[in-house]
Amino acid sequence: MSDLNNMTAAESAATKAAVMNQVPGPEIEGQSPLHHADLASLAKQGPKTSGVHLRELKLLGHLTLRCNPANADQLAAVERVLGVALPLQPLTSSENGNYSIRWMSPDEWLILVPGLETFDIETKFRDEMPGHYSLVNSSGGSTVLELSGENVVELLKKATPIDLHAKSFPVGKVVSTLLAKSTATIRRTGDQRFELVIRRSFSDYIWLWIQDASLEFGLVVEA
Amino acid sequence: MLHIYCPHCGEYREEEEFHCAGQAHIARPLEPEACSDQEWGEYLFFRKNPRGLHHELWVHAAGCRKFFNMTRDTQSYEIKEVYKIGEQPSVVAE
Repeated sequence: MSDLNNMTAAESAATKAAVMNQVPGPEIEGQSPLHHADLASLAKQGPKTSGVHLRELKLLGHLTLRCNPANADQLAAVERVLGVALPLQPLTSSENGNYSIRWMSPDEWLILVPGLETFDIETKFRDEMPGHYSLVNSSGGSTVLELSGENVVELLKKATPIDLHAKSFPVGKVVSTLLAKSTATIRRTGDQRFELVIRRSFSDYIWLWIQDASLEFGLVVEA
Repeated sequence: MLHIYCPHCGEYREEEEFHCAGQAHIARPLEPEACSDQEWGEYLFFRKNPRGLHHELWVHAAGCRKFFNMTRDTQSYEIKEVYKIGEQPSVVAE
């Protein structure tokens, strides 16, 4: 048996697992997990100013990468594909334009890319990555919410045990934690802006929870 | 509520993010077929229940989802030490 760890990119590519484009194409409209909530219509009706703003970053490509952080060839390959290095420090993230990488655990990263580019990126990874690694398209399993506004920290404080003070939660930090008894991967993208990767099956629950918890601040839905 | 240091995330988190997975350092017999029923039964079902220091396996279930070991005092609930899988505890009962 050949040693997976020492395979070159070409050898790895030859063993290519079944890679399937999960998105039919731009001509067929996808439906996000919050499709039923019709956020686009709510954005037109609701108030325009309030303490909390919500936007669904829908139909992004979610790629879960597991590889060896001590393997310099793999790290270089990731940089060639995405133009940005894997964040190796715990709880950090990195981004390059529309591509962003979140540290999930010491050997696992979550990569978000524009939905229609997912297949291309995945194919590029299959061509470039040497050695033993795993890349899984988990786009259908979760969705992304962006919360912002002057009361966003107060809103999240109700839901998560994480300390959200800027001292211990600077911009760019990523934590996987509990959010209102469900789980979420929270990343701070600005002083008063957070990005939540939540489970598809919990997205309706989180949406209802956010509406309830933001009653006192007011909620603006952005399309 | 325990405040637990995750050695993989490198910071303290609340207990609700973790699950305890029982006693640590349970070695599976290398040759299960050579075990007597008693040895196998003890490996599968019998666990320590000390008053005082206890080595436990924990998992950061809502966080990085990695396992690690913890030495905890079952009487005072004090966490003496947290260490990664494969490492040996430095705090042990006399």
